[in-house]
Amino acid sequence: MTTSPTAIPPDQPDQPGEPDRPDARDREPVVAMTGITVTFPGVKALDGVDLRLFPGEVHALMGENGAGKSTLIKALTGVYAVDAGTIVVDGTARTFAGPAQAQAAGISTVYQEVNLCDNLSVAENVMLGHEVRRAGLVDFRGTRRAAREHLRALNLDIDPASTLSSHSLAVQQLVAICRAMVVDARVLILDEPTSSLDVDEVERLFAVVRDLRGRGVAILFVSHFLEQVYAISDRMTVLRNGTLVGEYRTADLPRVELVQKMIGRSLEVLEQLEEAPKRVAAERGVQPYVQALGLGRKGSIEPFDLDVYPGEVVGLAGLLGSGRTELARLLYGADRSDVGELRVEGQPTRLRTPRAALARRIVYSSESRKTEGIIGDLTVRENIVLGLQAERGWLRRIPQRKADEVVAQYVEQLGIRPADPDAIAGNLSGGNQQKVLLARWLATQPRLLLLDEPTRGIDVGAKAEIQRLVAELAEQGMAVVFISAELEEVLRLSHRIAVMRDRRKIGELVNGDDVTTDDVVDLIASGGQDA
Amino acid sequence: MATDQLTPTRSSGTAAPAPRTRWRIDARYQPVLGTVVVLAVMLAVGGSRYENFLTGRVMANVLINNSFLVVLAVGMTFVILTGGIDLSVGAVVALSGCISAWMFTHGWSAGITIPVCVLVGTLVGLVVGVMVHVFEIQPFIATLAAMFLARGLCYLVAPESIPITDPTIVKLSQTRWGTDDGLVITPSGVIALAVVAIAFVVLHYTRFGRTVYAIGGSEQSARLMGLPVARTKVLVYVISGTCAGLGGLLFAIFSRSGYSLTGVGMELDAIAAVVIGGTLLTGGSGFVLGSVLGVAVLGLIQTIITFQGTLSSWWTKIVIGALLLVFVVLQRLLVLRRR
Amino acid sequence: MNLGAIARHRLFWPLVALVLLLVASALKSPAFLEVTVRDGHLFGGPVDILRRSSVLLLVALGMTLVIATRGIDLSVGAVMAIAGAVALSQIAASPDPGALSTVLLAMATALAVALAVGVFNGFLVAVVGIQPIVATLIFMTAGRGIAMLITGGQITTVTSAPYKTIASGYWLGLPVAALIAAFVFGVTALLTRRTALGVLIESVGINPSASRLAGVRARTIIWTVYVICAAFACIAGFIKSSDIMAADSNNAGLFIELDAILAVVIGGTSLAGGKFSLTGTLVGSLVITTLTLSITILGIPVNAVSLFKALVVIAVCLLQSPVVQHRMRSRRRRVAPVPVEVPA
Repeated sequence: MTTSPTAIPPDQPDQPGEPDRPDARDREPVVAMTGITVTFPGVKALDGVDLRLFPGEVHALMGENGAGKSTLIKALTGVYAVDAGTIVVDGTARTFAGPAQAQAAGISTVYQEVNLCDNLSVAENVMLGHEVRRAGLVDFRGTRRAAREHLRALNLDIDPASTLSSHSLAVQQLVAICRAMVVDARVLILDEPTSSLDVDEVERLFAVVRDLRGRGVAILFVSHFLEQVYAISDRMTVLRNGTLVGEYRTADLPRVELVQKMIGRSLEVLEQLEEAPKRVAAERGVQPYVQALGLGRKGSIEPFDLDVYPGEVVGLAGLLGSGRTELARLLYGADRSDVGELRVEGQPTRLRTPRAALARRIVYSSESRKTEGIIGDLTVRENIVLGLQAERGWLRRIPQRKADEVVAQYVEQLGIRPADPDAIAGNLSGGNQQKVLLARWLATQPRLLLLDEPTRGIDVGAKAEIQRLVAELAEQGMAVVFISAELEEVLRLSHRIAVMRDRRKIGELVNGDDVTTDDVVDLIASGGQDA
Repeated sequence: MATDQLTPTRSSGTAAPAPRTRWRIDARYQPVLGTVVVLAVMLAVGGSRYENFLTGRVMANVLINNSFLVVLAVGMTFVILTGGIDLSVGAVVALSGCISAWMFTHGWSAGITIPVCVLVGTLVGLVVGVMVHVFEIQPFIATLAAMFLARGLCYLVAPESIPITDPTIVKLSQTRWGTDDGLVITPSGVIALAVVAIAFVVLHYTRFGRTVYAIGGSEQSARLMGLPVARTKVLVYVISGTCAGLGGLLFAIFSRSGYSLTGVGMELDAIAAVVIGGTLLTGGSGFVLGSVLGVAVLGLIQTIITFQGTLSSWWTKIVIGALLLVFVVLQRLLVLRRR
Repeated sequence: MNLGAIARHRLFWPLVALVLLLVASALKSPAFLEVTVRDGHLFGGPVDILRRSSVLLLVALGMTLVIATRGIDLSVGAVMAIAGAVALSQIAASPDPGALSTVLLAMATALAVALAVGVFNGFLVAVVGIQPIVATLIFMTAGRGIAMLITGGQITTVTSAPYKTIASGYWLGLPVAALIAAFVFGVTALLTRRTALGVLIESVGINPSASRLAGVRARTIIWTVYVICAAFACIAGFIKSSDIMAADSNNAGLFIELDAILAVVIGGTSLAGGKFSLTGTLVGSLVITTLTLSITILGIPVNAVSLFKALVVIAVCLLQSPVVQHRMRSRRRRVAPVPVEVPA
């Protein structure tokens, strides 16, 4: 079974055809996936999706969370079995039983969370499985030399004998790419490679990517940073809800259209989302609810000052890894500060544990819903009352009737689906899990709500509801700290914006209609020098 | 060892050119260094308090009397390096011993019996590996099942202690090579040292060995890096089982009998030796030579208590427990500091 | 509830095993299931099973809670030995070994020592952050040495009527040992299900970091379960030493940690922590005790018990293993195209 490179889905009238890079035009695709369908128990994760990769192109795979991007990658690399469809590599139909086989066929993947072994040296991580051997035994000197050459090829001048864990995440990412190149990858899949890198590091990564493209490698680039996608990619494939939206030339597709295709909603809904949370005029109290004075923690976040008044939303803007989460964790006592002072309602307070923060009516909803939020195997009811219960201690169990009341109230108010308190929380969708978490915290009657990426990875409808809720809570006098990677969202909701970079708070903006995302981006880019 | 034992501190990242050339011990060797220090202190204390302590005879006896434990600890090191554990080795030692005794009394020759009783361990290891890998049963439970299985089989094979009178075994148990002043070595000791040497080369200089370390560092990463995780994981249990089978043979040579209650709790000694030898139970860090040192520490504790004469045997257990405590707490502190 | 749902219940296979064992024993020895009244006491196979399973049940109950927090406690056997050693050497040393006050005081001392071991284990796991299997390995190794240190390496024997009652006495026609175990079972059930302790233990076991961020005192809870586990092991140690009226530091509770873990696993509590079932542990303990007893009745050498245990472990683990469950589920789906319930 072969696929002609000119096969274009007939229902895609806006199909731009072949990429305009001259060296790719006449070639066969190195990978052609056609009609890929992957089913999980009860769910069709992918339904008849096509993807073509040409040598010497950077191809972006776009889609919202849950669109099926990672499923498609895993179908290609043999992690998931394909229920229908064909995968043609170099003109021959293939099925891979796992990443090892895919690698042998020249398809390598670098994942978001660097999948290397940090107990081993850089050289070993680059060369594992391909070590230089002499008489059947590993020749470490030769292996290190080979590793150094491979690293040099990517302009990476680090000591191959050093332990991997001694390097920054960005360098580890590059080491992972280097490893992929050792096996002569002709297809390199980069799954969210930039999410924990800063601007300079991204540039460095892109330089490597461009270099590889020049050498004829096909690169599949997955990222949710639109700017980066437009900066690096030649073509893109857009997925939505497990189906193919289309294949486009990046230059031909304006951003707005791309976003529409990814979200798949009519403009009406988008406008509704725009409208949903109205920023209310700050009626803030006289005294800040919490006040951080030079609060900091070594190796985590530089000392910062921050006031949060009742009735206001303070947004934290900055790239991933800029210290947003770390700041919130200090305010919650999830990490202990080692310098500075924290005042709650004017009183100097040491928050040593989350419990101490809870007692002062401060709550924190973590960015990692799965690992730090939901208790997967417990029911919705148990998850919602967990905060309350923890506060009361184990001896004083919340009476069943009261628990039912609280749960019913929040299931109703937040629209948790399914509205069954006995459902296992781990089986709920992302948006509903987020609502369960919000319910847990709201049930404790907080005065300060720290929300870390509460809208990440949930569908648009739930997103709008959560944004609306945040605005309402502030209106009712709650102090809110709102963290989101989406600047638009931060701008829309916040009264004030604290801007973070490199684990430092570099400035603060009072939000108004004249403040735009560009202002924030400028502030981040300049590092607060001229702000 | 594999990489330079001493490496200068190196700049992390690429930008900062940190030309600090102060020599420092690589973090990976710090736990083993602790073992060396303990060993040195024990030798010094023993040597200063008792005459004839620091003699070839005593030191040779430590190796000879613990040769089976060395072999077990080597096998255990493989398993623990992948982040697993093997509770079955003590029972496999007994099973291997019982089967060899049974075969000898039923007229089998040593040429057949010896390979069979080693292969019995291999077989048990294979079963464990399949349970762990194919059926995703936790190593703790899978090896626990294997332990029960092996013990049960022991009782079927040899309900009572069976003496071994086979001439080959007797000869092996009586042979001594060495000088007149006591610095001797037995065939068992030679076998143990050979196993250590082979294990060292396999762990450090083969792809299989490096995969063992990679799995201990992160199994998921190892899988995504395309390393043969499945094969390696099954193999480490096969190796540990084989070592236990061989250990059973050495113990049979040592005791010249096969008995179903042999080696009760021996798996704990092996684990203790590995931990005291500086291998992290979380996997990915440790050395087979460290485990040998761990066995030496255990052996010296026993020797010192024997030399003291007034100390009762139970102090051995208490001291081993205390040493374990010190080592795991130190390891924990090291891990915390490294973060 | 239809038949399929019953068959899928966690305790279905363990209960089937229990019934099969009882039936097999009864077929071989028809008197086995008979319960008679002699001197106002109940006698017979079932009563015997209850009496004998008390030690295992006590240890397994504590182990259940520890396992629910993702932990494991290997030191329980050693704690049993220490408990027996402390109590009996104190009774033996007292001028009046038969007095109730002597016995109670000795037991209180032993309990205090056991609690100290529990506090130590809990400290290593919860505060220092050492893996449970290693932390408790320390006392598993050193504990028996300490017990021998206490008894001076001897097997301390005593004659003390009140102490003998613990294992051999009867109250209201039932063996005291079984009553003690039942009482502890009841207290544990109340403690975990009538307070929030149970759900907090599960929450810590399922997701420790999320629990901490939710304000749960994860550290305290983990610490507590190790103390509880040691306390229960101590009571089991009393029964064991009272049974033979001797403190045998080498053999008291030898391998009981393995049997206890086995009982917990058979009862359906996962070694990965989280949801636990005390009833499951009760069934698991009964299965193991009955297995041991049935084997003697069936005329199989006692020593072969471990072979059968191995088969039980392997069978249970295979049935619970993700691979087999997946296979069975997909087969079921193929036979009947009815949507399969999401397993709770």
